[in-house]
Amino acid sequence: MHLLLSLIFIPLLMSILVGVFGDFISKRLSHVLTILGVLISFICSIMLLNDFLITQQTQDILLFNWSIIGEIEFQIGFLVDSLSLAMASMITFVSLMVHIYTIGYMEHDEGYKRFFSYISLFTFSMLMLIFSNNLLQLFFGWEAVGLVSYLLIGFWFKKPSAINANMKAFIVNRVGDLGFIIGIAIIVYYTGSLHLGEIFSQLTSIEGQLISILPSSSWHAVTVASICLFIGAMGKSAQMPLHVWLPDSMEGPTPISALIHAATMVTAGIFLIARMSPLIELSSIALSFILIIGSLTAFFMGLLGLVQNDIKRVIAYSTLSQLGYMTAALGVSAYSVGVYHLITHGFFKALLFLGAGSVIIALHHEQDIRQMGGLRKKLPITYITFLIGTLSLIGFPGFSGFFSKDTLLEAVHLSEQGGSHLSYYLLLMGVLITTLYSMRLLFLVFYGSYRSTHYPLAKVHETPWVVTLPLLLLAIPSIFLGGLIIDPMIMGGYFSGAIFVSPENQSLQEFIDIYHGVIEFIIHAFVASPAIYLMLLGILISWLIWYKNYSLPKQFASLIKMLETVFKNKYYFDYLYENIFSLNIIRLGKMLHKWVDAHLIDSVFVLGSARTVQQISSKTRQLHTGDLTQVALIFFVLLVIFTAFWIS
Amino acid sequence: MFSSYLLSSLVWMPIGFGFLHIIFNSYKLSESLAKIFSLAFNIPLIYLGILLYQQFDSNNPAFQLTERFAWMPFLNADYYLGVDGISMPLILLTLLLTPAALLAGFNSSKGKYSNYAGMLFLLEGMMIGVFLSLDALLFYFFWEALLIPMFLIIGIWGGPQRIYATLKFFLYTFFGSIFMLIALIYLYIKSGSYAIESFYGLPLTETSQFWIFLAFFIAFAIKIPMWPVHTWLPDAHVEAPTGGSVILAAVLLKMGGYGFLRFSLPIVPQASADLSMVVIVLSLIAITYIAFVALVQSDVKKLIAYSSIAHMGFVTLGIFSIFHIDSFDLSLLAIQGGMFQMISHGLISGAMFFAIGVLYDRLHSRNIADFGGVINAMPKFAALFVFFGFANIGLPGTSGFVGEFFVILATFAVHPLVSILAGTTLVFGASYTLWMIKRSIWGEPSSIRIENLKPMDLRESLVLIFLAIGVLALGIWPAMLTDLTSASLTELIQRLGL
Repeated sequence: MHLLLSLIFIPLLMSILVGVFGDFISKRLSHVLTILGVLISFICSIMLLNDFLITQQTQDILLFNWSIIGEIEFQIGFLVDSLSLAMASMITFVSLMVHIYTIGYMEHDEGYKRFFSYISLFTFSMLMLIFSNNLLQLFFGWEAVGLVSYLLIGFWFKKPSAINANMKAFIVNRVGDLGFIIGIAIIVYYTGSLHLGEIFSQLTSIEGQLISILPSSSWHAVTVASICLFIGAMGKSAQMPLHVWLPDSMEGPTPISALIHAATMVTAGIFLIARMSPLIELSSIALSFILIIGSLTAFFMGLLGLVQNDIKRVIAYSTLSQLGYMTAALGVSAYSVGVYHLITHGFFKALLFLGAGSVIIALHHEQDIRQMGGLRKKLPITYITFLIGTLSLIGFPGFSGFFSKDTLLEAVHLSEQGGSHLSYYLLLMGVLITTLYSMRLLFLVFYGSYRSTHYPLAKVHETPWVVTLPLLLLAIPSIFLGGLIIDPMIMGGYFSGAIFVSPENQSLQEFIDIYHGVIEFIIHAFVASPAIYLMLLGILISWLIWYKNYSLPKQFASLIKMLETVFKNKYYFDYLYENIFSLNIIRLGKMLHKWVDAHLIDSVFVLGSARTVQQISSKTRQLHTGDLTQVALIFFVLLVIFTAFWIS
Repeated sequence: MFSSYLLSSLVWMPIGFGFLHIIFNSYKLSESLAKIFSLAFNIPLIYLGILLYQQFDSNNPAFQLTERFAWMPFLNADYYLGVDGISMPLILLTLLLTPAALLAGFNSSKGKYSNYAGMLFLLEGMMIGVFLSLDALLFYFFWEALLIPMFLIIGIWGGPQRIYATLKFFLYTFFGSIFMLIALIYLYIKSGSYAIESFYGLPLTETSQFWIFLAFFIAFAIKIPMWPVHTWLPDAHVEAPTGGSVILAAVLLKMGGYGFLRFSLPIVPQASADLSMVVIVLSLIAITYIAFVALVQSDVKKLIAYSSIAHMGFVTLGIFSIFHIDSFDLSLLAIQGGMFQMISHGLISGAMFFAIGVLYDRLHSRNIADFGGVINAMPKFAALFVFFGFANIGLPGTSGFVGEFFVILATFAVHPLVSILAGTTLVFGASYTLWMIKRSIWGEPSSIRIENLKPMDLRESLVLIFLAIGVLALGIWPAMLTDLTSASLTELIQRLGL
């Protein structure tokens, strides 16, 4: 209990200290305090995880009653189980790395202390979210991370693009939250509780119920509730069509792109669906919906990564695509695989982002990859770690990402969920696409010749140790973690107490049965799945195009050109939302204000009645003088009329 | 000394202070002395508030600490005061927000601070009078009389179009009150007493219930205000001085919500049930339609005024949803949500109007286009303003979340569409608030005047920090309010036979 409270609340305490008393403490003390806070958090979560592995005991702790209305209990409390501990260990570790990295990255920034205060607040919010034992607190954490994300995307508040991006991020997320809150409402309506354990034990009272939102159609309550919760997840985890905010969020400083918009916050949606697995399992329509959305996102968002020239945006689209993979895993009931990929992805994606940040500061805030090239000699540590991250991302055999992605593909392959065949092929193509954009990035940044005209290569040198140390520390799990934890986490049923999979959806069991250790897993991947060959093909193609600079055949090039316009416009989602949606909403608002409020209500009714009163009173004025008498007279006459009417 | 006449003291002491201030003014008391007095006067008032809180038994749903004397025996009207769980939080709100309104006028009372403070104290006493009166005639007296200081505040310290705004305000509220008075007289004739309790459970025919409901409804709907009788509010706010806006938004509007709970529901339950769908639809229009209108406002005070209307939509939605919810728990949740929203909105909108006043005192503009980049010169102010913005959006952890959350959860039982439409506030509320924040707070300084803004002084920071603590406290531990109101609201639902 004490461990848990320190784990969650010490980052909050440090954030408040640095945030409120920032004026009175030095820069040094501000980072020492917050790093210490996250370090304690990390140690506590490792200790709790260790306890859990020994005792295998799930704890459900009530902190206090937030409010009790009749029989409905709104509580703040914690659920310490396999899922929350696995998440917490990853989150606190990445957060710690990002805290250290920030010392170097934000060194000369005016908002140094503010930044540390925000990222510690973020860590607290995220921990509240994942440790929650009820939907109220989960929603609190959900919105709190959204708030911190808003503050951090707009951290450089003088930049117009940043303050557009943060507003967009919050509002798009809120569209998802509408779904989330309706989902909560459905659950409370049928089960009368927000407590996760209560809800799961009351699921029979929601099963078989019908909801009719529009008069002509009715849906199963479980389906509506699951899809509503998933809409929330779509906002936070940036699934199509609510993905538009994530690429723009790259306007924020790079450390938070790594922490919030790659490793932790954006995976909250995946976490939510995994957490709610007993409910989601009841609706195969919802599962199919999740599967389709996930694989479409994985495929289409990966393609966009191919045409981006901003180093961070390439990685951002990669994140979108990888989130699509995780979502697809949820859709085939392979929640544990989704979370497994979430965790490996958390490490290697944070590594890639921090690596990109290291390049960015080495080149003095240059983000355009057309201005880079040949940096591997100048930035050896950054290069090596970035290479490790890339290999992990594309699923190179032996690396962390390889295990999680391959298991994920197998899960989709073996599933009989509606839409799983289409998804499997989309995800396979996704492997090729992932390799293409990742290798393109690697070749354009670290190979070839240096192309910048305004920043001389001579001035480029490796970043300070506070930047490279986190890269090295993140590189280790990016290589080994996947292979280390696949045995217990996927094959050994680590999640069995937290995640529920109904017997008919146990498609992964087939795969678990033939599993015999890591080495055979790798061999099996060469024999049984085309994924690895697609990845190798991808490396070959990118080597030819972006390293050897082979130009494409003419007919092919014109097709690419056409696709490129579509890609560059991001499938016109932003155009649709901004120019058609938002503009017309504003137009509607102006119309309503002008015609209904000002003309109809004010001119016709209010001032119309005022004129009528004036006309009447101008007649009475012949008899009386002074406003008060007029008022009294009208008052009296009306009084008599109405009383007479009623008494009779 | 006060304990036996605690409620009377709460009503008459501020009124006495009000008259003292007016006397000060005629004796040309210096401004600074008047300011000190006005703040010092709040000490005994807050103390009375604490006494009230201590003596109030939140488990008892009945009226407590009652005081009753014959007032006008020929009309059977009594001087009758009492407090229950519904009025209790509203009184505390009044006691807390009046000092904020006083402080708002320190530099903007055009050299007539003593009179300004006098008006506010009169207003405070009479507002508390409205919430404490258990005699309909006494209630009506306070209800009407408090308009006089309010009109004067807008009329004397208001903006250039104050006459138009006051007229509109007057027309609306007068129109509303007339019907209420007639309904009260009718009820008196039926029951033989003006005591509000004697109106409860009167055997009224369906037709008379309908007309009485309508009469009350017009009065309360205008006051709260509901769509489509809301258009007085934006104008009144725009023209009112900061302190006037604070009181108007924070307390005065709540008289409408209080009226529904104290009069409409228990006196004419049948008609309330029959017409509840109409109120629900109007509330949903307020929540959705008004959000669109708020989005396009260029005047920041108008924007907050419209956002108030949308937020008060949750109050009426919560209250009238109970007739369409089968489960007692969810009914209680709905009405608790409405009640919570009243108090929370009082703190948040009070703070928002105060904050806008801070900017207005420096820039003499309410136009969003004239702000921009305020954070560069006033970082602490910006932090607090963004905080209240997020409270206005209903971020969990702030009080703004609780009421909306309760109502959205509960109204799913009415119909999924009701809950979805109410839930759109998540998106639209965020849109208009954040867009306003983006244009006024973030960005490069838009002009030299923004660059040279002087930071908040102690007075301004204290008020905003104090309100921020209130907003946070209620958001983190809402039980301190819901426990207070629970018994009385439960009894109300049971009285309605739901």
